[in-house]
Amino acid sequence: MAVIDAAVLERHGIKPDEYERILELMGREPNLLELGLFSVMWSEHCSYKSSRVHLKTLPTTGPRVVQGPGENAGAVDIGGGLCAVFKIESHNHPSFIEPYQGAATGVGGIIRDIFTMGARPIALLNALRFGSLDQPLARRIFEGVVAGVGGYGNSIGIPTVGGEIVFDDMYAGNPLVNVLCLGISRIDGIVKGAAKGAGNPVFYVGAKTGRDGIHGATMASAEFDEKSAEKRPAVQVGDPFMEKLLMEACLEVMTTGAVLGIQDMGAAGLSCATSEMGSRGGVGMTIDVMHVPQRETGMTPYEIMLSESQERMLLVVEKGREHEVTAVFEKWDLHAVQVGEVIDGTRLKIHERGVLVADVPNRALTDEAPVYRRPMQEPSWQTAAQQLSLAALGAPPSAQAAFDRLLTVPTIASKRWAYGQYDHSVGTNTIAQPGMSAAVVRVKGAPTGLAVSVDGNGRFCYLNPHRGAMLAVAEAARNVACAGGEPIGGTNNLNFGNPERPEIMWQLGEAVRGIGDACRALGIPITGGNVSLYNETEGRAIFPTPVLGVVGLLEDASKTTTRAFKQAGAIVVVLGDNLGELGGSEYLATMHGTVAGQPPALDLAREAAVQKLIIALIRGGLVESAHDCSEGGLAVTLAECTFNSGGVGVTAEVALATVATADTVPAAWLANAALFGESASRIVVSAPAGKLDAVLAAAADAGVPAAVIGKTGGDRVRLSVAGNVVVDSAIAEAEQSWATCIERRMSGHVR
Amino acid sequence: MKFSVVVFPGSNSDYDAFYAASAVIGEEAALVWHKDTDLQGADAVILPGGFAHGDYLRTGAIARFSPIMASVKAFADRGGPVLGICNGFQVLLEAGMLPGAMVRNDRIKFVSRLVPVRVEQTDTPFTAACASRQVLHMPVAHGEGNYYADPETLAALEEHRQVIFRYAGAAGEVTPATNINGSLNNIAGICNRQRNVVGLMPHPERATEAQLGSADGRVILASAVKALASLSR
Repeated sequence: MAVIDAAVLERHGIKPDEYERILELMGREPNLLELGLFSVMWSEHCSYKSSRVHLKTLPTTGPRVVQGPGENAGAVDIGGGLCAVFKIESHNHPSFIEPYQGAATGVGGIIRDIFTMGARPIALLNALRFGSLDQPLARRIFEGVVAGVGGYGNSIGIPTVGGEIVFDDMYAGNPLVNVLCLGISRIDGIVKGAAKGAGNPVFYVGAKTGRDGIHGATMASAEFDEKSAEKRPAVQVGDPFMEKLLMEACLEVMTTGAVLGIQDMGAAGLSCATSEMGSRGGVGMTIDVMHVPQRETGMTPYEIMLSESQERMLLVVEKGREHEVTAVFEKWDLHAVQVGEVIDGTRLKIHERGVLVADVPNRALTDEAPVYRRPMQEPSWQTAAQQLSLAALGAPPSAQAAFDRLLTVPTIASKRWAYGQYDHSVGTNTIAQPGMSAAVVRVKGAPTGLAVSVDGNGRFCYLNPHRGAMLAVAEAARNVACAGGEPIGGTNNLNFGNPERPEIMWQLGEAVRGIGDACRALGIPITGGNVSLYNETEGRAIFPTPVLGVVGLLEDASKTTTRAFKQAGAIVVVLGDNLGELGGSEYLATMHGTVAGQPPALDLAREAAVQKLIIALIRGGLVESAHDCSEGGLAVTLAECTFNSGGVGVTAEVALATVATADTVPAAWLANAALFGESASRIVVSAPAGKLDAVLAAAADAGVPAAVIGKTGGDRVRLSVAGNVVVDSAIAEAEQSWATCIERRMSGHVR
Repeated sequence: MKFSVVVFPGSNSDYDAFYAASAVIGEEAALVWHKDTDLQGADAVILPGGFAHGDYLRTGAIARFSPIMASVKAFADRGGPVLGICNGFQVLLEAGMLPGAMVRNDRIKFVSRLVPVRVEQTDTPFTAACASRQVLHMPVAHGEGNYYADPETLAALEEHRQVIFRYAGAAGEVTPATNINGSLNNIAGICNRQRNVVGLMPHPERATEAQLGSADGRVILASAVKALASLSR
């Protein structure tokens, strides 16, 4: 037997004090296999040991919550006996090492989480972060990730309907790939990942187990360095066809009622599935690894238990009904094999050809994993970063120059290069086409629809993690509301650096506090999510990037709208106040190379009122278009309203709200602050002239400022500030440069 | 009438075709498992989109060995209308029920968007209700939709008016610029010499409701209904 010494512990990512705890829980020295189980289950990725104390503060309950955090995915009631099942998950580290497979298997993993609950997946979204497209490495990663996201989703036939992509050098060495999957289930059809009933057989089904992905969870819990490329064997290879078979077979087999519990084998593979199912069910489990189908010869129990081969499921079946289950899998040419059974007690017992090779209390691997209240310290540079003196930046560029430039910033430009590679029409539920702010899918067999958006702004969170996280929740919910959806549930993906550094931990703590504050104010329960830490390369952390996914309910799927203007002659109204806030804006970053200041202020009561108002306006048929105002401010928002509209232009006079005075905005900056400031809680709507009074009255009732700023029509975007026309562009040209920006960059034509 | 939709294990538009035929068009429809041999009294057969058997080899290459395909072939030989959509088109090519082959899109990448397609011929069971040269907006979603045939086959296809759909512009113009994937002669769909077997890359079943962006594809299914009605008269 191998001696467990300091080197072995380090290779397993287990700290000396953690080993002491293992000795205590085991009551003896673990063997190497047992140590391996602890290594993966206690990894940051599986145990959430650094984030758990913070995550506990999030609101997770509400009248619509069918399933909160702790299961494979969350679920909320959408009426008619149905629920929306959804979760977001990251695959950041694998996507850096091997972009195509890393992204593809990320998609595969989250799809399994959804159908494992008994829900049919109907939509995928993703939030992606890459380095600047000026860098060949970033282009290669972007190209691979997009192909991988599409390759998996397209094959299995789940439409990728939306998402967001941001490019910033802060992600050059550490891209983010966060994928959200949404499914639909009958509420009474939800199946959970708990084992029950001693004597019930445990079945394994799906792909064979290979040596791929061993210690993937541990890899995802460490920083990158120059040796990261050597970790390529820890990235798994996806097989979407196998997943398709598994999905159809599992959904079919669950209708038999013979499946008592089911769990996919994702991170930490068989180790996680066996210990979590036993732990959740308060029972033990015994398996013999010789029954596990193996792709390679000579695999050790250690390798079998720690493999992260994709497309595998573990099921607990009611004894005596095995044939019902195997018959369904046979139909799909899958072989379900019994690998063990549920036992009394609470231990996980692993055998190799009948010989006991590991015997661990399963709660020791799951609930008893270490929980750290890691030290938190506001970074020394934080206050300095929040200082912004516009005057010190020199003379601002002309509004026209800034407008032209911002439309071709890849973060703002159309993402059609990416979504043109995603099948978004399969399933015949996609109402809003990709490229709109929120994705909208209908629910077949019901009048309802679901709007979904994923949002996050790393720059804001870097400047002020609490406020930045609140703004992420607000924006995701506002996008959903702009499609007519009432936000009913959320999921979060926390992407941060090394939690062992107090300033990173402070960012995480502040961000979670912000998510909690905003979710409570907006009535959005968080039903699950994912934490990805150690997003650092050679000691340089990414921007702290919490990504929020929000699901909204449309009671009537036909009552929705998009950002695009619908006809000439409509009145353009801005809901909310334009405070000219340039802190952390895309404008500052692009035109002045500066990331500084405070992110825009957020009044949560105002935000809630604005969202309620827009939902009522859309349901009442009073507005023809609605578009949330975010990166690039009002000018970019108005331009985007003219894009994909068939050439409906706009003429508008933009002003700052009177509360914003010359004290905060120097006179020379007035136009750019008014046009490109990113004040929160604002929505641009267009309404037919005959409905304007009703819109304004509804806004007044809601206590939301509403300013008539102009009219649709013509074939230009003409924006004036203080009576001077400062932006005047032909839509055709502006739209062309916006729409083709990314494909030009990807084909080697810079700008 | 009754549409039978074949379900291969990797089909992913099977239910979409079933839903369009039944819930939208209001005709009878059935899903038929690929290991079965009974077409369940079909008046028309649809081979749907997807990745029939994973298609790691060539799209549609293994599906032709599925037991149901012998029945589909026999049905077609009796003159029964068969529509292959996207992967279904690829399966028809691999099964030799239509001439030619599919290769990777010329721009390599998967193409997913709503495209205008011009109807070239109206004397097939799936275009009988179309106007001549009608332009239909339907989604495409494929990585291997670049139609290829050797020069003789291509000439024969054109000579016998077997090109049924071409990628076009919104006004119906067919130019190199409207060719989305490199297909020879902008071919988006063809039929066999007997004209009862039709394959196309665009997805009519995904374009049957305005809410989803286009209802132009309804006419393809409605054509089958019309064709059957005229046969039984």
